[in-house]
Amino acid sequence: MITKRIIPCLDVKDGRVVKGIQFVGLRDAGDPVELAKYYDEEGADELVFLDISASHEGRKTMVDVVEQVAGQLAIPFTVGGGINTLEDMKKILRAGADKVSLNTAAVVNPDVITEGANFFGSQCIVVAIDAKFDETIGSWRVYTHGGRTATDWEVVAWAKEAVRRGAGEILLTSMDSDGEKNGFNNALNKAVSEAVSVPVIASGGAGNAEHFFAAFEEGKADAALAASIFHYKETSVKQVKDYLKSQGVNVR
Amino acid sequence: MIAIIDYGMGNLYSVSKALERMNVEYTISNDIDVLNEASGYILPGVGSFKDAMSILNETGLAQFVKDIAESEKPLLGICLGMQLLFEQSEENGLAKGLSLLPGNVVKIPEDAGEEKLKVPHMGWNDLTIKNESPLLENLETNFAYFVHSYYVKSEEAEVILATAPYGVDVPAVVGRGNVFGTQFHPEKSSGLGLSILQNFIKMVEGEKR
Repeated sequence: MITKRIIPCLDVKDGRVVKGIQFVGLRDAGDPVELAKYYDEEGADELVFLDISASHEGRKTMVDVVEQVAGQLAIPFTVGGGINTLEDMKKILRAGADKVSLNTAAVVNPDVITEGANFFGSQCIVVAIDAKFDETIGSWRVYTHGGRTATDWEVVAWAKEAVRRGAGEILLTSMDSDGEKNGFNNALNKAVSEAVSVPVIASGGAGNAEHFFAAFEEGKADAALAASIFHYKETSVKQVKDYLKSQGVNVR
Repeated sequence: MIAIIDYGMGNLYSVSKALERMNVEYTISNDIDVLNEASGYILPGVGSFKDAMSILNETGLAQFVKDIAESEKPLLGICLGMQLLFEQSEENGLAKGLSLLPGNVVKIPEDAGEEKLKVPHMGWNDLTIKNESPLLENLETNFAYFVHSYYVKSEEAEVILATAPYGVDVPAVVGRGNVFGTQFHPEKSSGLGLSILQNFIKMVEGEKR
């Protein structure tokens, strides 16, 4: 049976992993390859690298990072951040990434989803959605540009549209839950997961192992992503998986 | 030496790096003279079946791959490269494959199991070995990482070496004679994937002697 996936997310800026990585025992806590290997050994099912470089040079460096990680790691990984065109996707996928994640670009130019899916197959194309509850529409609204720009899209409608256009997976981040460590937004996760035919990765709000269990049971998510609780060693991938196993969840 | 057949549609980088880590001599080429020097072959592939077949046919590599199958040299198709070994695919309209193995490539049904399944089949799934093969000897774990929307449907049970359950029994490892394929990327499937690559390399080296 297919297992539920646990996915650590690493922010990369100009080729270095940034934002609160507290690891001892690593030669260099900012080295993407070392961190990727660390999470691999801990049992991470796949990884997400989010490129937060602001400059063109930083983006070019990301291709080198992808090559280094792919050259040394035997688990799959997704790269997101600043991918706008089919050319961008080609560079990242040819360097050894397994999937690319589109966020703002997908909303601004939805054709890019289809172009990517036609060229590489849907299984390579992840659409990332930043969702925030909006009382005026009584549902969640899609935000772009790192959560700074509200769009006209309601989240479930956009998720369905993204899948119709060829997205093979949805990476769903709750902006309301993100950073709060009070658990994933499972109403949101469930609404999207039940509305689309592709896997959904829950993101935003992980604080402990029980939260992952709830994301799968209540949120109907296929995978769950977290950053800080793993980086700060508040829990580990292994602890989360041990707990999930004890609750009867199928994990690797 | 192992040759990775480069027809422009593969994720060549990670598989070549995996071979490097195993200290295996390899070449990446689309030149039939260069490819002829090798004692075993990897046919990679990511993307659409139809596009891949048109390129293979236009470049003459389709015939070359068929010739490999006629020889004794081992051939391993990975992901789309495995699907190409079969007779036809319904991805983006029907297209003929290399017909080295019996079976057709069809979309994974969303409603084959008790509950509705997500397609693509994405993530780690466990393998059940259906037929013994040197490719499947001494595997460390059962889990491989799948990421695909189409699967091989074959009536001939003996070519299905291992399956993974996803509503239907998804052929995960296939093979007959010197022609093999894995639906998953072995270079992305941790210990199990690397063991399969090692086994393939052993076969290639055995062939050389």
